[in-house]
Amino acid sequence: MTVIGKGSWAQSLETIGAWLLAIIWMLPLIYAFWSAFHPPEYSTRFDLLAPLTLENFAVAWDRAPFARYFLNTFILVTMILLAQFVLCTLAAFAFARFDFPGKSVAFVFVLLQLMIMPEVLIVENYITMSKIGAVDTIAGIGLPYMASAFGIFLLRQTFKTIPKELDDAASVEGCSVFQILWKVYVPLARPTYVAYGLVSVSHHWNNFLWPLVITNSVETRPLTVGLAIFGAPESGVDWSIITAGTLLAVAPLLVAFLLFQRQFVQSFMYAGIK
Amino acid sequence: MNISRTQVHGWLLLMPAAIFLIAFTYYPAVVTLGKSFFSQGTALRPSEFVGLENFQYMFDDDVFWQVVRNNVIYAAGTIPISIALAILMAVWVNGKLRFKSLTRMCYFTPTILPMIAVANIWLFFYTPEIGLLDQVSRVFGFGSHNWLGDPDTVLGCIIAVTIWKEAGFFMIFYLAALQTLPPELEEAAHLEGASRWYYFRRVMFPLLMPTTLFVLINAIINSFKLVDQLFILTKGGPDNASSLLLYYIYEVAFSFLDQAYASTLTVVLLIALAFIAVGQFFLLDKKVHYR
Repeated sequence: MTVIGKGSWAQSLETIGAWLLAIIWMLPLIYAFWSAFHPPEYSTRFDLLAPLTLENFAVAWDRAPFARYFLNTFILVTMILLAQFVLCTLAAFAFARFDFPGKSVAFVFVLLQLMIMPEVLIVENYITMSKIGAVDTIAGIGLPYMASAFGIFLLRQTFKTIPKELDDAASVEGCSVFQILWKVYVPLARPTYVAYGLVSVSHHWNNFLWPLVITNSVETRPLTVGLAIFGAPESGVDWSIITAGTLLAVAPLLVAFLLFQRQFVQSFMYAGIK
Repeated sequence: MNISRTQVHGWLLLMPAAIFLIAFTYYPAVVTLGKSFFSQGTALRPSEFVGLENFQYMFDDDVFWQVVRNNVIYAAGTIPISIALAILMAVWVNGKLRFKSLTRMCYFTPTILPMIAVANIWLFFYTPEIGLLDQVSRVFGFGSHNWLGDPDTVLGCIIAVTIWKEAGFFMIFYLAALQTLPPELEEAAHLEGASRWYYFRRVMFPLLMPTTLFVLINAIINSFKLVDQLFILTKGGPDNASSLLLYYIYEVAFSFLDQAYASTLTVVLLIALAFIAVGQFFLLDKKVHYR
């Protein structure tokens, strides 16, 4: 963008504004780092000479079964992602390349799920889960999210851009429907899978309400729910320890984001434009 | 491939996803609607058809009206500000700025952090006396204030957290849109002597309209969906001053264990979302004119 405005004066004012907003936006995280790496007596006093410590992390790690929560969240996001890839790929392929009666009605119904997210139906889905014995299981947390309208839509858009000549050629070569899907469509849609995968993983890593409703034991609770219990004022833990626990919980995603910042931003952008 | 085989294949491919969608979205939505016409069954008195009694109860429920009002304020407070900030951020990060990618990263970071985790940190900001907000206001000579304990300020606090969380996410969509605008447009405006504000108002903002509509829909849905922070910050209090519809549904269903009434409240939420769906349909129609 070329510089337009009343000279460099206005320009520098805007630059300062942009940086100031950036600092405000980072303030919660900066504070969390301050408090987590300093002894509790400095958590509300800001002194550049305050001694650094890792003690808070050790205490937080001991106070709550974070290792187990990490494992649960890891299993959860992996399970959801794999199921979403399979279900959404098949459905998207059907919508992109097949003609069947009721197709457009079915597609409208799929899109409806973009509005009626599983969060809205916690009451009834809880009852369903208790009927099929999935309350307090990791599968129970994942089930409502596995057929994702967003994923189906995204992959359908991508599949539609793939020239039909390619699968005609493949079927002349004697490929079955599944072979065409696996050897032609899936490899060509790789960027979409990466983008959707990143959005899905960060969404489910952070998801809270439904996991809170459906889990009630350490063996199934994901990080977010574990953190909410850990940080509850009733638990009487002090700030430095809560912030240390909070940083532990967000660390994997935060580190991944800092390392692959470009990829993250582009994935969210890509997923949004489609 | 002959016609009937492709038809069968199509349905078979769709089947697995369809089963999941029906089981966890359409079936529960329909059952919820049905249950809203039945009373809550107990061990002694089984659930029975009560017609509109649950809805009658809802209309007489002061908490329900308070929650609806809160949700409207929440939406009206978060949506315009987070969209305005998102545009501002995108314009800044898209322009000539030193430390551009670092700034962009700062704006975007709240998006990838779990709401539940950041609420822990915001809770500290709002704490009376020792919290950051009070420490800052003391510097300017103001007294201490119980931000989350005062019914007049609590909703504003919740709104601030949500704006902070959302704006960077919306920025991404504007950034994507800005990158598609031809640079000649701005050069031409500059040559014509148009001010930067004039260019934004008359050229850039209208061209960003499709993005704004898309973001608007997302923001409206979020205003019904984003309630995680309440669990940490206020639990809907004090005296329901910060409770939102989805949080109230959660409370009624899982704390008061009244599923019939929770279903009735869910129906209201579903109707609201249906309105948004219809609205989106018409807005998307409009969108075509700009493309």
